[in-house]
Amino acid sequence: MLFLSIALMYACSKNEDEVAQEEKKITFSIPANFPAPAYNFEDNKLTNAGFALGKKLFYEARLSADKSVSCGSCHQQFAGFTQLDHKVSHGVNNCQGKRNTPPLVNLAWQKAFFWDGGVKNIETSPLNAITDACEMGTDIQTIVAFLKNTAPYPDLFKQAFGSTEINSQLILKSITQFAAVLVSGNSKYDKVMRKEGGISFTSTELAGYNLFKEKCTSCHAEPFFTDFSYRSNGLDLISADEGRSHITGVASDFGKFRVPTLRNIEYTSPYMHDGRFYSLDEVLEHYNSGVKASTNLDAQLKNGIPLNTTEKEQIKAFLKTLTDNEFIKNTLYSES
Amino acid sequence: MKISTYFLALLCPVILLSSCKKDAEEVTANTKSTFSIEFENQVNGSPLVLNTTSYKNAKGEDFKINVFKYYVSNIKLSKADGTTYLIPESYFLIDASKSESTNITFKDVPTGDYTKIEYTIGVDYARNFAGAQTGALDPINGMFWTWNSGYIFVKLEGTSPQSTADKNLLTFHIGGVTDPNNTIRTFATEINSANPLRVRADGKPNMHFIVNAAALFTGKTDVSFATLNFTMGGTNSVIVANNYANGLFRLDHIHN
Repeated sequence: MLFLSIALMYACSKNEDEVAQEEKKITFSIPANFPAPAYNFEDNKLTNAGFALGKKLFYEARLSADKSVSCGSCHQQFAGFTQLDHKVSHGVNNCQGKRNTPPLVNLAWQKAFFWDGGVKNIETSPLNAITDACEMGTDIQTIVAFLKNTAPYPDLFKQAFGSTEINSQLILKSITQFAAVLVSGNSKYDKVMRKEGGISFTSTELAGYNLFKEKCTSCHAEPFFTDFSYRSNGLDLISADEGRSHITGVASDFGKFRVPTLRNIEYTSPYMHDGRFYSLDEVLEHYNSGVKASTNLDAQLKNGIPLNTTEKEQIKAFLKTLTDNEFIKNTLYSES
Repeated sequence: MKISTYFLALLCPVILLSSCKKDAEEVTANTKSTFSIEFENQVNGSPLVLNTTSYKNAKGEDFKINVFKYYVSNIKLSKADGTTYLIPESYFLIDASKSESTNITFKDVPTGDYTKIEYTIGVDYARNFAGAQTGALDPINGMFWTWNSGYIFVKLEGTSPQSTADKNLLTFHIGGVTDPNNTIRTFATEINSANPLRVRADGKPNMHFIVNAAALFTGKTDVSFATLNFTMGGTNSVIVANNYANGLFRLDHIHN
């Protein structure tokens, strides 16, 4: 009898496996050259249904006040999940925000979010964009009510969480299942680092990498190409945006912003917290000749970062090895 | 055959264990009961009436209150022998506009005579940065800052003719958990040992607290609405938190 029931159970699970094989199992995979993540899905079990719901919510424009803006409007996959050609976020009612959309990549390793690090947990991050008058301009009550009354959401919540109950916690957890899975770790740089398939840098890329390690990694630390610290890079003598001090209330944080990742930088233009630079040439020229003596200027930038034309081209060639086409083009993350 | 012998051998202690556990539960079940807390919102001894009644702050300035909400969390009871009981997952939002929120019932509390109660005014550090929460901590309650993670511990909104803000508004959103602007405060009060909180199987006592909304504006620093009428975290929130740390709650009496 015991053996029989085991045999039956085995048969059942086998059938389930066969069904599951039709749909690719969503996984959170840690690239071999990455450390352990900060977010590990311990209290938010990653499932295909949870991910699918999160993705649907991410691309759902009806969540915004005038039903025109979704998360995906400003976080475009082809732009590394930031917004192409927009200096600052462009929200409901044609409102322009004050900061450049940050790319959504490798968020599971990040402990603070947004340019000023004001939000401390990936799960609560979407609330900022949902409620900002210049982004989605709505509130969580309205969204909960909309989802409760709009098919197929109650069914999708049931598939994801086992109940048709819809609340802010489940909304945020499902969006996190989508957002935290956005791992970019298959760029040429990564493959070179992991010594995969005999891939190597060209001589120009290698020269750029060596220059980068010499001049840039103290802030843009590998493998995330940010050390997640807040710094002033001397864009203005007096910053128009208070930056980090808005969160900490500390004067020495005035005009500081989180060091941005450089992953997929080829596609994340424009650059800087206010999107003032449209090209990497402008960015590199800023470090070469444009750094201003702002109040809280990072000590390492006191004399800028002198770069000649050749060095700039080499660094640019290296930066383009951070493009992860498998990530940018992965249909799993695309609006379906 | 061999396997089923092992299986039986394994099963025996399981049965024994489960029967032991059941006995233990029956014993403890007898030693747990219920008590409740009522928070009676007042302003300087008068009942708090939202929107219509005018009150005076310590500076003699008139004000009305439209919104008054606050968190009470991590409620801990102590006995005279020093043993304590922390009520698990105790996070409560008291909202003056929702009378049901002012009465809280606690079940499964170990019976005994408690001579001290303490709790956090607000939400502990960890939960401010934890992931998406539900219940009293659901952001839907309008007590969560989205731009600077963390809960609003005490929210008072109203008007005062003295307020220099637009429409004479008063906006006091007190929160923030990092130095130098940490506003987490703990309230503790001894309970008269002659009439302790007697949690008994046949006794379900009620603790009655008076909550004085005007305590935000006096205590350590008398607040004038002409100079302080808006705060959402930061140094001014610390001034208000230092005011209400001792004056917001007063244990009035216990019905045993």
